[in-house]
Amino acid sequence: MLELITFSTLNGVLYGMLLFMMASGLTLIFSMMGVLNFAHASFYMIGAYFGFEIARRIGFWPGFFVAPLLVGVVGGLIERYGLRQVHRFGHVAELLFTFGLAFVIEELVNMIWGRLPVDYRVPPSLDFVAFRLFDTTYPAYRIFMLATAVAMFVFLLIVLKRTRVGLIIQAALTHPNMVAMLGHNVPRVFMMVFGVGAGLAGLAGVIAGPALVTQPSMAALLGPILFVVIVVGGLGSLGGAFVASLLIGLIQTFAVAINVSLADAIGPSAASLLGELGRAPLAQIAPVLPYLLLVLVLIFRPRGLFGTRES
Amino acid sequence: MTVAISLKDVRKNFGPTEIIRGVTLDINQGERHAIIGPNGAGKSTMFHLISGRLKVSSGAIELKGEDVTHLQPYEINRRGLSRSFQVTNIFPKLSVYENIRCAVLWSLGYRYSFWRFVDRLQDANERAAEIMEMIGLSSRHDVPAGVLAYAEQRALEIGITIAGGADVIMLDEPTAGMSHAETEQAVALIRKVSEGRTLIMVEHDMGVVFGLADRISVLVYGQIIASDAPQAIRANPAVREAYLGEEAHA
Amino acid sequence: MMGGFRILLAFVALAAGLVIAPYVFSSGVALTMMSLMGVMIIFALSYNILLGQTGLLSFGHAVYYGLAGFCAAHAMNLIAANKLPIPLPAVPLIGAAAGLFFGVIFGAVSTRRAGTVFAMISLGLGELVAAFALVLHTFFGGEEGIATNRVKLAPFFGYKFGPQIQVYYLIAFWCLVCIILMYALTRTPFGRMCNAVRDNPERAEFIGYSTQRVRFQAFVLSAVFAGIAGSLAAINFELMNSQAVGAATSGQVLLMTFVGGIGNFAGPIIGAVLITFLQISLSDVTKAWMLYFGLLFILVVMYVPGGIAGWLALHRPLLRGGRIFKLVPIYALTAIPAAALVFGCILLIELAHHMLVEAHTDGPMLSVFRVSMNGASIGPWLSALVLFFGGAIGLRALWPRVGDAWAIAMNDKSEEAAP
Repeated sequence: MLELITFSTLNGVLYGMLLFMMASGLTLIFSMMGVLNFAHASFYMIGAYFGFEIARRIGFWPGFFVAPLLVGVVGGLIERYGLRQVHRFGHVAELLFTFGLAFVIEELVNMIWGRLPVDYRVPPSLDFVAFRLFDTTYPAYRIFMLATAVAMFVFLLIVLKRTRVGLIIQAALTHPNMVAMLGHNVPRVFMMVFGVGAGLAGLAGVIAGPALVTQPSMAALLGPILFVVIVVGGLGSLGGAFVASLLIGLIQTFAVAINVSLADAIGPSAASLLGELGRAPLAQIAPVLPYLLLVLVLIFRPRGLFGTRES
Repeated sequence: MTVAISLKDVRKNFGPTEIIRGVTLDINQGERHAIIGPNGAGKSTMFHLISGRLKVSSGAIELKGEDVTHLQPYEINRRGLSRSFQVTNIFPKLSVYENIRCAVLWSLGYRYSFWRFVDRLQDANERAAEIMEMIGLSSRHDVPAGVLAYAEQRALEIGITIAGGADVIMLDEPTAGMSHAETEQAVALIRKVSEGRTLIMVEHDMGVVFGLADRISVLVYGQIIASDAPQAIRANPAVREAYLGEEAHA
Repeated sequence: MMGGFRILLAFVALAAGLVIAPYVFSSGVALTMMSLMGVMIIFALSYNILLGQTGLLSFGHAVYYGLAGFCAAHAMNLIAANKLPIPLPAVPLIGAAAGLFFGVIFGAVSTRRAGTVFAMISLGLGELVAAFALVLHTFFGGEEGIATNRVKLAPFFGYKFGPQIQVYYLIAFWCLVCIILMYALTRTPFGRMCNAVRDNPERAEFIGYSTQRVRFQAFVLSAVFAGIAGSLAAINFELMNSQAVGAATSGQVLLMTFVGGIGNFAGPIIGAVLITFLQISLSDVTKAWMLYFGLLFILVVMYVPGGIAGWLALHRPLLRGGRIFKLVPIYALTAIPAAALVFGCILLIELAHHMLVEAHTDGPMLSVFRVSMNGASIGPWLSALVLFFGGAIGLRALWPRVGDAWAIAMNDKSEEAAP
């Protein structure tokens, strides 16, 4: 039991940190530009595929550093030549644009790398067992992922709290119209924010690719969860996104790990009211949980856990 | 005389800043009441509080004797209070006529009906046509409201406000940004539409205010410093000091 | 009313068209395609009650289509098993009831907010239902889905709806009914208030309307029609699987509706017909058809936000006095680089896909537009690039002249005054 809790906590935190690497960028983009970037998870996927492509040609480490930068550039270009054109048609058009973008990116990946998963592997330098607890081993690569995510988190924190750019971003989070009034070149700020957000998601993809499966559906699988994170955390709240990321990371990991059904947990008679749902093992229900959480939050706390803004 | 709107020690603060600092005011039915005051005095905020767009921090607001403090804007509207906006607030993609017709629907009891054709609602169409005539936009019947000229949009704004037949009308700076000739037309329109109704308006043009109002309240820094007939306001030294004086210097 | 007669005429023409269509396009493929088109027309129009009429962008509209489809499939199985006296043409009513039920439940949760938040909630609800679909095997039938057999229901005036042609007429009937009802809806007080709420929700609250109630009602009505569409799909395919409630179906209806045009009532109809046609005819020809749809969608979002119907409607004032013919030369001229650009783009995508993914197993030979070529040689690539960039440059050069021609045609009042 102890090992289960230890490993599930580790994995949950790891998954949560990965989610936060994306949710933070998504939150920044949403808060500053008012655009809910539907294609954010697509940048994560592009990151993984870029990482894979570079890894198989040059090596993992160049990919680790270069792929996120490339994804950031791609993101910036998409903002500059796509999103900015649509801006004048309003937020719905922007949302539709990113929706179409997610669609196109998935199909492009299909076209270029095929529909089957690609063989993006953990580099040999990180392919060893980090530690062993009772009978279970924990791979070093996961520790590396966790370290990267934490480093990214600390970096983001420092940028936000200690730099001028961070101050502008913070101001923009609470007062979205302020940036323009401060006399900054708003289109450029937008492009940068979009690019950096995309780059962060790309980095998440580069490190997650080898551990999870690098396949064309990885964006579509993760994207909706990302939205759950930022709605549950509260739109525009970085702190909320952080807490919600960890929460969902832990919920999902534990749900998969704990092999009980509701019938075991709350007693067969109570569970029988739920019918099939009550008999299904928790691991099977795990994919439902984030969305259930979303609906509950929306009913009981529509602003999200830490949200201050209405929309 | 019965009271149309009654404010009882109404306060509103945004965070630590108190914008409305204890306003108590009775506005009688059938009177034309102007609220004046320097910029930032809280006039628009007061409008928002009365019409339900903002919620009061404390105090109470009554409409024709009924407590409306915590009601939604549409609930207050259904009880016979209608307002216009300082920044033109119309339905830009709908035609001018459609703007007016939408505004008459609720008061004629059509509510959320989806089993009747709007074109067949004789009373609604007659009322809408009447109002189109009154605001002088009959010739612009099918034009999308968003492309109207500014003065026309302001007239439409007033039209939407009165279309529902509310007996308490609130106009927020109805002549702001208009030329002399346009202002005169607007004043005539306001005079016409406020016939037999209670009118409350925020206005900066003192000519308009003293020409129209039966009573004037002066709001300075979130407090009413005087509320009286126009002559008395003109003569009030405190008002001259706080507000009209500024105008004279300007 | 002035337009009343013309509208009646339009519906009579539509009805006649629906009746005649199977005689004109009589092949089996065409019949299947037209049946699906009928379903999709209802689905897309129901979606436009939300997006076009009320301004609500939903990413989870398939929920009501799919759930109603499953309900209809189960209902048909129940009816057949118990020999209930309910004929097949009445099954869409069951779908409508299911749409109503789920619309009320999910609408209560999601229509409290508008805009981006509504969009996200709709997505979340869509994913919730899609995730449940994989867990609840009794209702959703797991991988295989729920099969049903429409012929087992009591015959309706002797018709058993076995042959596709009978199903087509059943769908066409419901399609016509739904089109008329949804069109009528836009002309009611409620329909107008939907537009008002779309345009300016704040002001709508100050003329007596609860925007939340308007959104909720629009949402529920839209779910009802989506439910009819879903049940017709169940009748048509005799099979529902969990894909029907999924994100792909939601995305598809959004794509159809938007490409067709959300600002005109006929837009979603055009979109449903066109996209269904392309879907069926392209999916055999190329593996990249989804990509082409995505690109088409982005192009429409970026350059033609009114969709096809909106673009056509722009030309309406030009119809008077035949001024539209002044545009023919410039349109014909622009079509050349545009076609080059499109062909170049398609050629590039097909070549890249073939060489990157399929060449390992199939060799370098491929055929695009029935022309076979060797993807390993430089020729096809070069011509693709020439077409692509030539088209792009040509289009860029001609674009201002299209605008000029427009301005001239619009300002030309001479012929209008003449008759």
